Amino acid sequence: MGQTITEKILARHSGRDEVRPGDIVMCRVDLAMANDVTAPAAADAFARMDVATVWDRSKIALVASHFAPAKDIASANLMTRMRSFALEHDIEHLFEVGRGGIEHILLPEEALTLPGDVVIGADSHSCTYGALGCFSTGVGSTDLAAVMATGEIWLRVPESLRVVYSGAPPPWIVGKDLILSVIAAIGDDGARYMAMEHTGDTLGYLSMDSRLTLTNMAIEAGAKSGIIAPDQTTFDYVSSRQAAVGRHRDWPTLASDSDAAYASEVRIDAASLEPMVARPSLPSRAVPVGEIEPVRVDQVFIGSCTNARIEDLRIAAHVLGDERIAPHVRLMVIPATQRVWQQANAEGLLDLFAGAGASVSTPTCGACLGAHMGVLGPDEVCVSTSNRNYVGRMGHPSAQVYLANPAVAMASAVAGAVAHPAEIRPDAPNLVPELVVG
Amino acid sequence: MGRAWCYGDSVDTDVIIPARYLTTTDPAELAEHALEDLDAGFASAVQAGDFVVAGSNFGCGSSREHAPVALKGAGVGAVVARSFARIFFRNAINTGLVIVTCPELVDVTDSGDEIEVDLAKGVASNVTKNQSFQPEPLPDFILEIVECGGLVEWVKRRTNAA
Repeated sequence: MGQTITEKILARHSGRDEVRPGDIVMCRVDLAMANDVTAPAAADAFARMDVATVWDRSKIALVASHFAPAKDIASANLMTRMRSFALEHDIEHLFEVGRGGIEHILLPEEALTLPGDVVIGADSHSCTYGALGCFSTGVGSTDLAAVMATGEIWLRVPESLRVVYSGAPPPWIVGKDLILSVIAAIGDDGARYMAMEHTGDTLGYLSMDSRLTLTNMAIEAGAKSGIIAPDQTTFDYVSSRQAAVGRHRDWPTLASDSDAAYASEVRIDAASLEPMVARPSLPSRAVPVGEIEPVRVDQVFIGSCTNARIEDLRIAAHVLGDERIAPHVRLMVIPATQRVWQQANAEGLLDLFAGAGASVSTPTCGACLGAHMGVLGPDEVCVSTSNRNYVGRMGHPSAQVYLANPAVAMASAVAGAVAHPAEIRPDAPNLVPELVVG
Repeated sequence: MGRAWCYGDSVDTDVIIPARYLTTTDPAELAEHALEDLDAGFASAVQAGDFVVAGSNFGCGSSREHAPVALKGAGVGAVVARSFARIFFRNAINTGLVIVTCPELVDVTDSGDEIEVDLAKGVASNVTKNQSFQPEPLPDFILEIVECGGLVEWVKRRTNAA
């Protein structure tokens, strides 16, 4: 019997010819990541492990993202603890404010996550990197400390869930709508412990930006990882990023065998999709935007590791055009990384947003997790391009969060209520997916 | 033995410990806010040895280890659930919060029932209802980490042996 791409990667990293779902294997890790929330506890656990130093200073990335720029003295202390650990162990990849951004968009830009890798991140959205064809999963701080100490992690080889997308996506449909459709179909734990493998001819229409959204939200269905086998889009993206940052490493081209075994399969007819909106307070409560009841909106957030790449900002700008933000709406636009910010600035997008009455900020995870930069008050309603609409996620427990793609989010900001982008702009944008800034 | 605090499915880590409290890693401080956005009365009323009893997918969402640390810090004897989200499962094992997968116990338990869990004997009981069940056993590999007292000691043992 054949193997899935996930099984092949885990076999190669555990010195075996093949592995099967349920096997527990010790895997070699290619990159370990932590952020300002998870790195301090990881540093503490590392100190208790009684090892002299980290296994490989070039394979650890520490990113100031969640409470960055420091929102108060306590969060400044977290970043100090992360920075001290980085200095003590001479960590090569420490990304400070102004030179980084949200890790899940930053590390692919930096060519630090490559196809075929095993990537372990102390953040649940570490499944994002799987869009490049690597095995990538989230863990807590102590697990991450163990990786930093030994270069290895124990993993239970996951069953794979195959998602098959068919057809050309209609106008306005991007990765966000596809993954919300999947989560609505299988539920919030429908892929629990599994590798969610995205396949089908629809992927050929998706930019790397859109694909990263697909794998980003694997965790919202409980999956261990999300993955897309490398193709020409992957090759072009990885090559251009390696050239841009001058960081080169060979990588294998792996794919699932035609007779690989899957625990289950989900089919999504992409050609018939409408933009999707997830009602509060679970991502699985996603329905076509046309089915959403009239909802007056207080805040719109375009940002997060899910939808704050350059493609997302271009889509939002296209919808906005020369309209203005509705007077009662606060629009927060937070580009994901320093590069995305610079690119959007060079294209005039940030000026466009600001001129229309939006707040445009420096990269941070902040608003997505109700940490800072746009925390919601009691009973406020927000349309967000992020990934979670749980109770209290973005602020007060009574606040209501609707998840949507950037076009729906911007249309809602202009309309002042949840809206289909075609209500604001009849034509969908022609997407140019490449990131130009080096 | 302790009292049951019953909750539903998909209790996520954002309600177990909201992000606004993640600026500390101190277990006692985190414990003051355990489950705050789901049950504002929990943290002040929970007693050492009480049990959180919940449905499926407990601990879904964020990878914050602060979640099991907050529950353990609050004195929770164990979380008994139909199923656990995978990152929370690992974090609980690694930090020494006892977790028990036992759907049958969840089915019969109401808030306030007296619960008893004896992992050595493999028995989870609702004393109030006078019913006992066998929790799902942990794989041997994971038991090894539990028996070490968590991942830190497990890593120390392995690196010292090597």
